[in-house]
Amino acid sequence: MINDQFYRRRYIISGIAIGIVLIYIIRLFYLQVIDQSTQDQAEGNALVKQTIYPSRGLIYDRNGELLVFNQPIYEVTLVMREMKDDWDTTRFCQCLQITKADFDERLSEIKDRRKNRGYSPWTPQVFISQLKKEDIATLQEALFMFPGVQIQKRTLRDYTYNAAAQVLGSVGEVNQNDIDRDSYYARGDYSGRDGLERTYESALRGEKGVEILLRDSRGRIQGKYQEGKQDSAAQAGTDLYTTLDIQLQMLAEELLNGKIGSVVAIEPKTGEILALASSPTWNPKVLVGKERSKNYNLLLNDPTKPLLNRATQATYPPGSTFKTIQALVCLEQGAITSETLYPCSGPGSTPIKCTHHHGSPVALLKAIEQSCNPYFWCAFRDVLQKDGYGKNNEDFRKRYELWRNDVMAFGLGQKFTDSDISEQSAGSIPSTKMYDKYYGKTGWKAITIRSLSIGQGEIIATPLQLANQAAAIANEGYYITPHLNKNDSMLQHIHKLDIDKQYFEVVKEGMHRVMVYGTGRHFPIEGIETAGKTGTAQNPHGKDHAIFIGFAPIEDPQIAVAVVVENAGFGATWACPIASMVIEQYLTGEVKRKDLRKRIATSILNEGVKKW
Amino acid sequence: MRASRSGNILQHVDWPTIGMFLVLVIFGWMNIYGASYTYDQTSIFDFANRAGKQFVWILGALGLGGILLMIDYKTYDMLAYIAYGVMLALLLVTPFVAHDIKGSLSWISLGPVSLQPAEFAKCIVALAVAKYMSQYEYKVRSWRDLIIPFVLIGVPALIIMVLQKETGSALVFAAFLLVFYRQGMSGYVLLSGIAAVALFIISIRWGGTALPFGSGNVGILTCMLLLMIVEIFFVCRDHKMKYQPLILCGSVAVIYGIALIVNIWWTVPFGWLSVGIVGALAIYIVVVSLYFRKYALLIVAVFSLACVGYTQACDFVFNKVLQPHQRIRIEVLLGMKEDPAGAGYNVNQARIAIGSGRFLGKGYKNGTQTNMQFVPEQDTDFIFCTVGEEWGFVGSVAVLVVYLLFILRLFHIAERQKSIFTQIYAYSVASIFLFHLTINVGMVLGLLPIIGIPLPFFSYGGSSLWGFTLLLFILLRLDAARMEQLR
Repeated sequence: MINDQFYRRRYIISGIAIGIVLIYIIRLFYLQVIDQSTQDQAEGNALVKQTIYPSRGLIYDRNGELLVFNQPIYEVTLVMREMKDDWDTTRFCQCLQITKADFDERLSEIKDRRKNRGYSPWTPQVFISQLKKEDIATLQEALFMFPGVQIQKRTLRDYTYNAAAQVLGSVGEVNQNDIDRDSYYARGDYSGRDGLERTYESALRGEKGVEILLRDSRGRIQGKYQEGKQDSAAQAGTDLYTTLDIQLQMLAEELLNGKIGSVVAIEPKTGEILALASSPTWNPKVLVGKERSKNYNLLLNDPTKPLLNRATQATYPPGSTFKTIQALVCLEQGAITSETLYPCSGPGSTPIKCTHHHGSPVALLKAIEQSCNPYFWCAFRDVLQKDGYGKNNEDFRKRYELWRNDVMAFGLGQKFTDSDISEQSAGSIPSTKMYDKYYGKTGWKAITIRSLSIGQGEIIATPLQLANQAAAIANEGYYITPHLNKNDSMLQHIHKLDIDKQYFEVVKEGMHRVMVYGTGRHFPIEGIETAGKTGTAQNPHGKDHAIFIGFAPIEDPQIAVAVVVENAGFGATWACPIASMVIEQYLTGEVKRKDLRKRIATSILNEGVKKW
Repeated sequence: MRASRSGNILQHVDWPTIGMFLVLVIFGWMNIYGASYTYDQTSIFDFANRAGKQFVWILGALGLGGILLMIDYKTYDMLAYIAYGVMLALLLVTPFVAHDIKGSLSWISLGPVSLQPAEFAKCIVALAVAKYMSQYEYKVRSWRDLIIPFVLIGVPALIIMVLQKETGSALVFAAFLLVFYRQGMSGYVLLSGIAAVALFIISIRWGGTALPFGSGNVGILTCMLLLMIVEIFFVCRDHKMKYQPLILCGSVAVIYGIALIVNIWWTVPFGWLSVGIVGALAIYIVVVSLYFRKYALLIVAVFSLACVGYTQACDFVFNKVLQPHQRIRIEVLLGMKEDPAGAGYNVNQARIAIGSGRFLGKGYKNGTQTNMQFVPEQDTDFIFCTVGEEWGFVGSVAVLVVYLLFILRLFHIAERQKSIFTQIYAYSVASIFLFHLTINVGMVLGLLPIIGIPLPFFSYGGSSLWGFTLLLFILLRLDAARMEQLR
């Protein structure tokens, strides 16, 4: 326009337009490039990640017998936001056979963020879990009436045999610690709480799958996100083949009926645990599902402590069974030979009496056969005093340390850290330090610790360690870490003993004689030559514990056994027959001594023992 | 002069504008489809969904555009006042025959479709204003010359705001301020407008924040300090005296210093003290203007005193005059309230949708937030969210740039006219588009309070699309005739 005095204002106006658009572009840059928070919020809005639960790995015994499998259970979930006013609560309660009061209580529990930390009205919340198929049948049919309600399938453990509860362990709901420690878990998940279920949790649990669904602003599911491209399928857990022989395990548990004690059987050549029985025990089915926590508390409060896996956690003085190791260590250290004679004056012996009547003096074979206490005291004394006591007791203490090392080489006094048994005790072979502390460096001599010579006093060991010790003797100089997973890789875990093979032959012969002439002679197995050693562990709290270790057949040992029966008296009376039948079962596939079996299995030594 | 033949029209019509118009309309249509896309979605042409309906509206708009181009350009000038009268009548009748849609009484049902007369009012008001201001010998010399134009835009705006309860559509008439400015209205009117908004925001936002010292609140104190700066600036600009700015600023500083010292023993009401200083400065300005006969300065004094009153009234307006939903929208915008489930829901969801689009966007029809309807009104007022989410920063900026070019093109068209009528009309059209773009995108980006007005050519809706088509194609017709016009 001509003569337009406001002509320059066109630039201001255009400038305003450009300025506004520029401001908006800067804002867009902030929102879309700098600010990172919106992406998560968008995902939280529109994406529902639905977990697909894998089926847990199955557990088999060494012969492929199925021990643990899965049973389907169902849980009812609901999304609060989708519950409509026309919801027929009465009908819903009828379907689930609960009362209106139960319903209201459960709802308020779900909404309480203190109890239910992850609560959101948009996501499915577990209303009732662990329902059987028949429990949800009615609801399934009427499901269309209840918007927001879903039935989710999960799995629970089920067991083929009523046995091996402690070994197999159980599966329970994860707690907050587990969730914090391992991002795999979410509230309401299950994990192995003890036993094999715990040790092999990461293999058994498998991998969860996820299905990503699109949710609209009203919380309705509208389909799969990106047609399922981001979804992943669940991977079932790996099956576990254990070293257990379920028939042997069941026999062991049967024989322990009414008694407190344990049976451990190991295949010496491989370290595979054939049976690991602890009594009292329970039916593994009682720690499954809805009843789990109630039953767990019952077990926890049982005065006989069934939850303690006595086979691996209880410790006892090994008693006379320790004489086998004592003999081997004394021979190896050159304190005695197989011909060395020591006098025995029977019950009049000092400082340790002999409990058996036999000729005197005795050599090693006879001493083992007759479990001669004075013999082993003398041998022990001679080992420790081999170099005298020396200045400040030093030579003696050095000798003790050597003796201790050789004893611990049998796997005593320490946990099998490379084993897959989750619950273990270390037991104890007392250290020089411990005695120094107790008596002062110069205050203890061989005579002070004489109880150790016959496996009493401060020595304690678990039945697992005793069985392993028997296996090491059977193998004549080595053992493989006892384990439960039938997996050849464990064969690498070989532990060699520094004891000459010839000494094992002597001790084995001695143990054979125990079974022929000595304390074990009452329970021979037809056609099978066995070796063993009974023991009677003194128990300051009551009747002695009966102990037995042994292996068979003597020429080519297939099985090594340790049996402990608490407060049963002589090892020969209770522990030995149990071991004998376990060996027979494993080697011949049956127990021919039906009367003996029945007698032992029905003998109630402790009235308090219950099978849950 | 006789109407040109259509062949001529096609030669003279501004094709770049039509090109940008088509780009925006088609891209908008795609985004309407994308916004409501779900997996069971039907075709983009299916009349059952909004994209399909929009397709019909687009065809109608193209037809309408064609017809408008055929009509003799002089018709618009001729019919401007008559149309204005008819429009006023229609706007008055609307609330009485309208259906209540979310509290708004602006929709008339005609069979299967609804129309919003307010969308067409803009165009007719623009024509009327252009006609009035292009009269022979008309010039904006003083504020009196702007009375009629203000009435022309004020009456329909009031009807729409009060009777139809459509605040957004009424506010659009503020766009004409830019037109008046171009035609000679004082720039201070625009600045006062900006100042009013700034004072309002400051006094509301910080009105509740107590001073860390003395009594009074941060809002009032800040407003008064701003006013003092304005007063000192003007008095020093018109009345040149040695060291005057230094003396004035120094005195103010000394007064505040003394007040702070006194405050140690007695609580000083800093708010009222500041009001007093502004008043004292105003008196000084009055004295200066009378003594030196610089009467223009009187306006500054009056203005600053008016502003003092205004800031005191802001609270009243905010709490008593504004509707509760409007109040909450402003509070949410100013960050005084967090309400992501209620009033802040739209804004928050829009922010999430746009932000989650990141640099390149999630891809056409892949926007989870828009497809799953997390953003309300996502195919109408909040359509820009879909752009942000599915096309990302790149797409959003591209859309804004096309709009900017489109508006700058309209300014360019305005400036090349010989006819004042066409020029004013062109400025009106461009300003209305700019206003819609500013308010709509500003709202979606969370920079402005929620005011429900559509994004031109993008938002779903026949009335708004046809209304904007009407605006644009009348301009294109007038522009095509620029060579034939005499003045």
